Amino acid sequence: MSGNYSGTPLLETKSVSKHFGAVQALTRVDFDVFPGEVVALVGDNGAGKSTLIKGIAGIYGFDEGEVLFDGRRVHIHNPRDAAALGIEVVYQDLALADNLDVVANMFLGREWNDGVAPTTGATDSARGAFRLLRNLLPLTEIEMEKRAVSTLNELAVTTLRSVRLPVAALSGGQRQSVAIAKAVLWNSRVVILDEPTAALGVAQTRQVLNLVRRLAERGLGVVVISHNLHDIFEVADRITVLRLGHKVTTFLRKETDQKEVVHAITAGKLGTVPGMSS
Amino acid sequence: MSNSTQETESPVQSALLDSTTMQTPQQYIGSYWMRLRSGELGSLPIILGLVLIALIFQSANQNFLTPRNLVNIVVQMAGFAVIGYGMVFVLLLGEIDLSAGYVSAVGGVTTAILLRDSLMNPALSWIDWWNVIPIALAITTAIGFLHGFLITFFQLPSFIVTLAGLLAWNGVVLLIVGDGGTVNIQNPVVRNLASEVLPPIWGWIIIGAFVLLVTLLEVTTARARQKAGLRAKPPTIIVAQFALMSVAGAFIAYLFNINRALNETAPPQAGMPVIAAIMLLLLLLLTFILERTRFGRYVYAVGGNKEAARRAGVNVERIRVLVFMLSGLMAGMGGIVLASRLKSVATDAGGGNLLLYVIAAAVIGGTSLFGGRGKVVSAVLGALVVASVENGMGLLNLSSGIKFIITGLVLLAAVVIDALSRRQQQASGRR
Ligand SMILES: Nc1ncnc2c1ncn2[C@@H]1O[C@H](COP(=O)(O)OP(=O)(O)O)[C@@H](O)[C@H]1O
Ligand SMILES: [Mg+2]
Repeated sequence: MSGNYSGTPLLETKSVSKHFGAVQALTRVDFDVFPGEVVALVGDNGAGKSTLIKGIAGIYGFDEGEVLFDGRRVHIHNPRDAAALGIEVVYQDLALADNLDVVANMFLGREWNDGVAPTTGATDSARGAFRLLRNLLPLTEIEMEKRAVSTLNELAVTTLRSVRLPVAALSGGQRQSVAIAKAVLWNSRVVILDEPTAALGVAQTRQVLNLVRRLAERGLGVVVISHNLHDIFEVADRITVLRLGHKVTTFLRKETDQKEVVHAITAGKLGTVPGMSS
Repeated sequence: MSNSTQETESPVQSALLDSTTMQTPQQYIGSYWMRLRSGELGSLPIILGLVLIALIFQSANQNFLTPRNLVNIVVQMAGFAVIGYGMVFVLLLGEIDLSAGYVSAVGGVTTAILLRDSLMNPALSWIDWWNVIPIALAITTAIGFLHGFLITFFQLPSFIVTLAGLLAWNGVVLLIVGDGGTVNIQNPVVRNLASEVLPPIWGWIIIGAFVLLVTLLEVTTARARQKAGLRAKPPTIIVAQFALMSVAGAFIAYLFNINRALNETAPPQAGMPVIAAIMLLLLLLLTFILERTRFGRYVYAVGGNKEAARRAGVNVERIRVLVFMLSGLMAGMGGIVLASRLKSVATDAGGGNLLLYVIAAAVIGGTSLFGGRGKVVSAVLGALVVASVENGMGLLNLSSGIKFIITGLVLLAAVVIDALSRRQQQASGRR
C-alpha cells in the first residue's frame, strides 16, 4: 500500500520559503508526496505546517523556491490554479458554508450549469462577459445531487440522512466527511487535510481516518497535518517533521516510533536543522 | 498498511441510497414540521402577521379591507418592494445598504428633471420615458458600483460607506431639485406608471400564468428528480399547493377587477395595477437569479462563509460589487415608482421612513440581518406588511408620534423573530 518512492513525486516543493513581516514562517523547505501514499506533516504550533499547505494551495505565493507537479514546475497563484492541477485542500476550519446544503457545498465554486460534467478539477475557463452569462444559466441541480450522492457512497460516507440538509445540521464527523468528499469530487490527485480529526470524538475520528486511507487506496497523494501521533501512526506511510519553519526530517512510518517523532518535533536533532547547525 | 481499512470491506449501507424511494405526503409534512421546529420559519410568521394586521385595522376601520383600499396598499408597497429586492441581496451577503433611500431619490429626480428639461430645452427634446428610465437606472447602478468598489477596494464596512452615501446622495438630490422645491412630472407614461391599471382580462391572465408557471416548474422538477432516483416532492403536495395558489390567485384577480369607483356615477375603475405586474415579474426574475444560478449560489455562499467561498474559488469581491450594483439598480426602479406615485419629486424625496421601511420589509419578510438566510419574496411579503400598517394608520388618522412608535415596534418584532429563529437553529445544531 505504501507509495513507490522510486518514481517522480506527484507533488514536490523545492526549497520554498515564506515570511510574514519579520516572521520567517518557512525556510527552504523540501517536501514531497507520491501517488497512493499518506504523508503526515507534523510539528509544534507555529512550525509552518499551515503556511506550507496554503502556499501549495495558492492562498498566497512562496517568497522563493519552486513547486513541481508530476515533475514539472508549476506556478500556483490562486486556489483556482491549484484546483486546476488537481490539488484540493480540506482546511482546519472546514471551509464549508453552514447555510448551504451538502450538495451546494460540495460543488461550491464549480457548479454545473450546462449538464456537462467537467472531466478534471479544472474550473470554468470561459472569460469575461461570456463567463458572466454562464453564471446566469440555470444550475443542473439533479446532476450535481446524483454525483454528490454517488461520491459519498463510493467513500462509504454512510451516516448522512440527506444531502439536502444545510451542513450546519451535521455532526463534526459528517461535516469533515463532506469536506473530504468535496475534495475528491474533482478527480483530484493530491488531497491535503489540515487537522482533519482535531475536533472529533473517537468514533468520528475513526470514520475520518478510514476515509483518509481510502483516498490513498484510490491512488491519490494524501497529506495530513495532525497533532495526534496515534492517528498519524495509524494512517500515514511517511512522516515529515517541521520545526520553526525548517524541515527536520522525514521518517518512514514502518521504521520509526512515536518517541523518535516526538523527539524530532521538540528539541532533539538540532544538528539536522539547516541553518541551525554549528 | 491496511489494518485501518478492514472495516470498509463490509457491504456499504447508505442512508442516501434509500432516498430513491418516493416521499409520502406524511413524510413531506413531517420534514416541514421539523424544519419549523428547528427555527426555519419561512413565511409562516408573516402570514400570521398579515392576518393579525387585517383583523386589527378592519375592526378599527371598515374601509381597510375594501377593494379600493387593498389596491391602494398594493400601489403603496410597490416602491418598498422594488427597493427591498435589492436590499435582500445585500442583506444576504451580511452587508447593509443605508444609501438605498436617497439613491432611489437620485433615480426619481434624474427622471423628473430630464423629462422636464426635455420640454424646455430643444437640445434635449430626444428625451422620452423609454430612454430616460434606462439613463436614470444606469446612474443609480453606477452609484451602486461606486459603493461596492469603495467597500471592496479599501476594505471598508458597507455600513460606513453607505452611511456616507446616505448623506452625500441626499445632498445631490437637494442640489438638483434646487430652490423650486418640487419637480412635477408631465410625461404621461412615467406619471401614470404607478396608477395605470390593466384591462380586467389581463389580471386573470397574468396571475393565472404565474400560478401555472410555478406549478409547472414544481411538476417538471419533481418528475426529473424521480427519474434520477432522487427524493421528490410528492404529487399530492404539489396538487394541494396548486389548489391553494389557484384559490388565492383567483381571489386576488377578482379583487383587482371589482369596480372600486367611489360612487355609482363616477367612471368605473377596475383592473390589476401595472405596477403589481411589474413587481411580480421582478420577483420571478430575481428569484430565478438567486436560487437557480451560480451568481445566486455565490451570494448565499459569501453570506454564509466568506472565507469558504473565497477558498472555493469564488471571486468574493466581484460578487459584492455586483450585489451593490443590483441594489443601486433596484433603488433606481423603486425611486421612479415612488416619483410616479407622487407625480413629482420634491426635496424630501428618499427621506423620511423610506430606508427604514425598505430594510424592515426585507427583514419582516424573513431575510436575516446576519447574512446567508433569506429569499427575494421576503421583500414583497414584508413590503405588504409595512404598507398595510402605514395605510391602516393613515386610515385611523393616528398622529405621527404614534405612527413612528408602531412602525418601530413592527421592525423590532421582526428582528426579534429573526434572532429567535437563529438561536433556535443554533440550539438544534445549526450554524
Ligand atoms: N497570515 C499570517 N500573518 C503573519 N504571520 C503568520 C501568518 N500565518 C502564519 N504566520 C506565522 O507563521 C508561523 C507559522 O505558522 P503556521 O504555518 O500557521 O504554523 P502551524 O500551522 O504549523 O501551527 C507562525 O509563527 C505564525 O505566527
Ligand atoms: Mg495550523
